[in-house]
Amino acid sequence: MAEFQWPWEYTFPPFFTLQTHDETRQQQLKVWSDLFLKYLKHTNQFLLGINDQNLPLFCNESIKRRLSSELILLILEHLQSTGHAAPLDKRRQEWQVYWYTLEEYGNMVYDWIQETGQTNSICTLYEIALGESTTQLDFHGVDEAVLLKALRLLEEKGKCELIEMDGSHGVKFF
Amino acid sequence: MNRFVYEQARLVESESFVSRDRNVKIYDGDQKTDFEDGEVVLTTHRLFWGRPGEIARAAVTLCLPLSYVLSLSEEETTSNFFGRKTRIIMHLRPPDVNKAPGPLDTSRAAHIKLSGKNGLSVEFHSALRETLTAKVWEISLTNETILKSPAPLGNVNDRLARIQKRTGIGGIERHLEAKAKATDENIALAFQDLSVLMAMAKDMVGISKSISSKIREQKGEISDDETVRFKSYLLSLGIDDPVTRDNFTSNTAYFNSLAQQICEMLLDPIEEHGGMMSLADVYCRVNRARGLELLSPEDLLHACEQLRGPIKLRRFPSGAMVLQLESHDDELIAIDTLEKVTAAESLAVEELAKQLGISLLLAKERFLVAERLGKVCRDESVEGLRFYPNLLLERSTG
Repeated sequence: MAEFQWPWEYTFPPFFTLQTHDETRQQQLKVWSDLFLKYLKHTNQFLLGINDQNLPLFCNESIKRRLSSELILLILEHLQSTGHAAPLDKRRQEWQVYWYTLEEYGNMVYDWIQETGQTNSICTLYEIALGESTTQLDFHGVDEAVLLKALRLLEEKGKCELIEMDGSHGVKFF
Repeated sequence: MNRFVYEQARLVESESFVSRDRNVKIYDGDQKTDFEDGEVVLTTHRLFWGRPGEIARAAVTLCLPLSYVLSLSEEETTSNFFGRKTRIIMHLRPPDVNKAPGPLDTSRAAHIKLSGKNGLSVEFHSALRETLTAKVWEISLTNETILKSPAPLGNVNDRLARIQKRTGIGGIERHLEAKAKATDENIALAFQDLSVLMAMAKDMVGISKSISSKIREQKGEISDDETVRFKSYLLSLGIDDPVTRDNFTSNTAYFNSLAQQICEMLLDPIEEHGGMMSLADVYCRVNRARGLELLSPEDLLHACEQLRGPIKLRRFPSGAMVLQLESHDDELIAIDTLEKVTAAESLAVEELAKQLGISLLLAKERFLVAERLGKVCRDESVEGLRFYPNLLLERSTG
């Protein structure tokens, strides 16, 4: 796996302190949010724990700076506001992070189904996420829990129907 | 109250000390006056009132000749906080036509009241009563009478003895008081030199003024001479004629002219200090310049609030207060601060303070101003607070 390309801000100490100037703070949170998504995508992760202090994402040993848990929470909440994250527990310590929004995932899957003419047929979630035919697609490798959420969103719009079989899920597109 | 005259607290011939009390205030009729928390001393002839210590060093204090007193009465006040206390009411004759000047020239009230925090002591009260019945002043005022008829003199001595001679604890206390009084007089003597110095102060200011103008004349020719320059700095601190409260009847007028003087004297120093000076520095400078006529912090603050024109008082969001040149603009401060930060890559508050020769407080305010305008950004870590150029914003937009 190629080395992750950190942005220049990662070596800029003030980047690790929440800024008080409004515009600067917005810019800072935006850069952090992008960095979070890129990093998780790079390491193929969908889960993030705020207390995971030693994650290189949270601290830069070379300049001896680390994110405070308050700032991590703030960044995750910023991601949540753009539809890229959701807390998994009430204390907001564990988070599910989406590289794309659920809607984007849903649309991508639906487009792929239509392009390949698989409407009205049933496929498993494994086929969609890890099947050989999707390797070139952006949603390949998506976490099944995340995919399920995206498909439920599609179901609400009447574009598919989820079927539960033996503890795993199947889906039929219309 | 208009029966009082200003008089030095010294005993005259044949006058003797009777009693004293502390924390006493005077009412003019039923109205409170500024004469609070003072010391009263009763002699056979007069009643003195002075601020603590004034009587001991024989300063000029308020004095009421006892001959004015027609009669005594008392009133009781009760309050929830202080409990009961007794005030003494002294009913007075109308003032003499050629009376010496006093604290009040006219007063409608024909009586004054003496009151203390816990009322007046029983001892003082009874001493006053006895002294008034003895009327020693009537006799000694006319010396001839005394010489002609020895009988009344004996009478007087008799009366005096009755007032002063006390046995038991009262007697011991009296003895101690007499000792204390002797010490007080010694101190007063020691301080006489100081009062002479006070009287000379104005002349001294005049001398320093003339020296400073001489130096100013010379400065054009030998400006390199460091001693001359140093002297001119020292003398530039002096104010020729400090504005004092005594010269003004109303507070507003006082504060306005004080503000004007502060403005005149600080304009140059503030410019030298980069356009801003913290109020603490202002306080020190102003009082150092005023020499003996010191200002209270409150008076200075009130005066600064009145400042209009080239200098104004500024309150930062953090609560810190400074005097600032009106031309001194936040935008300029921010740009200037950014330059310093960029040159050093990053700066801590104390580093900037050192560079500019200003206080930590002002250095921090400079950073905060620059930060509010988005010029610098902060880095808080275990090593403390540092400021960096705001690359976060700069690089993203440019």
